[in-house]
Amino acid sequence: MIEGIVVNTLVRGGVYALLALGFSLIFGVARVLQLSHTAFYMLAAYGIFTFADLLGWDPIWSILASIIITTGLGLLTYKLFIDRVREHHVTVMLITLALAIVFQEIMLIFFTGQYRSAPAFVTGYWEIIGVKVAYQHLLIFAGALVVLVAVWMLLSKTKLGIAIRATAQDTEIANLMGINVSTILLVVMGIATGLAAVAGVLVAPTLVLEPHMLWPPFVMVMAIITLGGLGSVKGSIVGAFILALVEVLVVYLLPTGAFLKGAAALLVMVIVLTVRPEGLFGVVFEEERL
Amino acid sequence: MLSRLFRDFQGDVIAIPGRLIAVVFFALLFLIPLFVQQPYVLRTLIFANMFVIFAVSWDFISGYTGQMNFGHALFFGVAAYTSAMLNRGAPLGPDWPIWASIPVGALAGTAAGVIMCLPALRLRGPYLALVTLAFPLILTGIIFANTQFTGGELGISGLDRISESRTVDYYVSLLVMLVSVFIMWKLTDARSGLVRTGIILHAIREDEIAARASGINTIRYKLFAFIVGGFFAGIAGGLYAHFMRIAGPSTLELTLSFQAIIWTVFGGIVSIYGPVVGVYILYPMMEFLRVVPEFRMLFFAGIVVVILLFMPEGIAVWIRDKLERECPRCKLTNVWWRRTCRACSTSLY
Repeated sequence: MIEGIVVNTLVRGGVYALLALGFSLIFGVARVLQLSHTAFYMLAAYGIFTFADLLGWDPIWSILASIIITTGLGLLTYKLFIDRVREHHVTVMLITLALAIVFQEIMLIFFTGQYRSAPAFVTGYWEIIGVKVAYQHLLIFAGALVVLVAVWMLLSKTKLGIAIRATAQDTEIANLMGINVSTILLVVMGIATGLAAVAGVLVAPTLVLEPHMLWPPFVMVMAIITLGGLGSVKGSIVGAFILALVEVLVVYLLPTGAFLKGAAALLVMVIVLTVRPEGLFGVVFEEERL
Repeated sequence: MLSRLFRDFQGDVIAIPGRLIAVVFFALLFLIPLFVQQPYVLRTLIFANMFVIFAVSWDFISGYTGQMNFGHALFFGVAAYTSAMLNRGAPLGPDWPIWASIPVGALAGTAAGVIMCLPALRLRGPYLALVTLAFPLILTGIIFANTQFTGGELGISGLDRISESRTVDYYVSLLVMLVSVFIMWKLTDARSGLVRTGIILHAIREDEIAARASGINTIRYKLFAFIVGGFFAGIAGGLYAHFMRIAGPSTLELTLSFQAIIWTVFGGIVSIYGPVVGVYILYPMMEFLRVVPEFRMLFFAGIVVVILLFMPEGIAVWIRDKLERECPRCKLTNVWWRRTCRACSTSLY
């Protein structure tokens, strides 16, 4: 059982970390709650279904195609909708929420509400100390790890990463220092949507695909980034694994666990925030303090 | 006395297009059952009335104190479930009649508001939004896990009707809606001489630190907003449960919380009349869109996106700004076609 808990936590946590990191980046840099984030995850998963199952493409090509298309769609969304109302915080939340519904409904029209499944990229399993781990799960975890490390390196080592972090710290000063803020915002939106797409692509073969699949991770991502501290990269990754562990523990240990897993994870978030209102790794800005 | 009342009416209602429209609109709402008897139309309007209370109470909490509440369905759902449990009387002794179960349900909504406040008072902005989002979802999990009390996915059904006839139902919902909205409107009226809460809530929204520095106990007023908002959302929830004759987990759904926000922001946040306009436009529109069921949500979301892109302040505020013009000198509201102020004849250009 313990092995099961560990494996499931790592797999789930990896996916959540990918989703939460993107969301957290957008919030940190653009100060925008982009609520259609998990819609891109759903779109990427459907991309895999379309290319790999309906069109019968090679897994590699279908992965690349659906990540690229989803990212392009994210950039388009940003340019057309979010950028224009970025100053009105509530309006941004509502527009992105409405966009999430639009994507969901378009998918419902094209693919109907029927449950779909995408073919596994790899089959078989690997036995580590007596636990059978499906290669697909291993692939999810490894993929998530690689992408997370890559984003971490990008943010901490490259010039672009420094520009992104500078914009997150203070948009106006960053602008004065010669950073093209609107380009940075676009790049961040691209990275974030790309991360969501990677998450969607990786988990697609293990999930039942239907257009409403964006809501369960939506709530979890909200909980994770709040727990970790909004806009904090480290926080969103740590938060993802904590909440994944809570979810898995509840499912394994309680009789009615499947119903309570979301509730338990959210309860942990509420308790942490009551004790530490800025989240685990959040920063309190002086002017935002109460 | 009567002539003075008439003069006030003339000056404060007829001269201001926004208020004149509101009065005419509410008068029309009273007359509708005389002309339209189709149960379906009345049913749609009854739901609209309930959701007006719900959306306005969201505006009261979130618009006026700036506390973004993403879990407003909590109050609605708690009240619906409490009313249902009391009315069905299963674990709590005898069946309660409807006139007792709805107010007690609303009080349960108030209690939920106080509980939600405990973490909420320390948090701000997005953190608050996301914590409030969590509450109804936690409760939904608990409801699914304890099916013997709550009926799980099916909910509690077989409640008493509000009344035997649809027309009476309609008038009950309309009256409750009018009274609730009027109370909340008065409580947030910054120019009121009777209650101070309006101006204080406005102050907290504009600048919380400045309000604290002026000696306002902002915590107390935020708590007050949650209590009042929770109570009225609870009334809407109780009415809804008794009208539907069932209280199910759908009353706690994320969608319902978001609906309140969508209606309010669509109509115009921080205005009380905004959510009223939002609900009476969007709710019947949603019903009308049932003619194309597959495209219903798509059209709905599309309209919300387009309207918000071009009128970020909300449709009611946008229309009001077109119809009314404030005198720069005496701050009196004038009709858009006047070139000079009706009281002090200052030029309005």
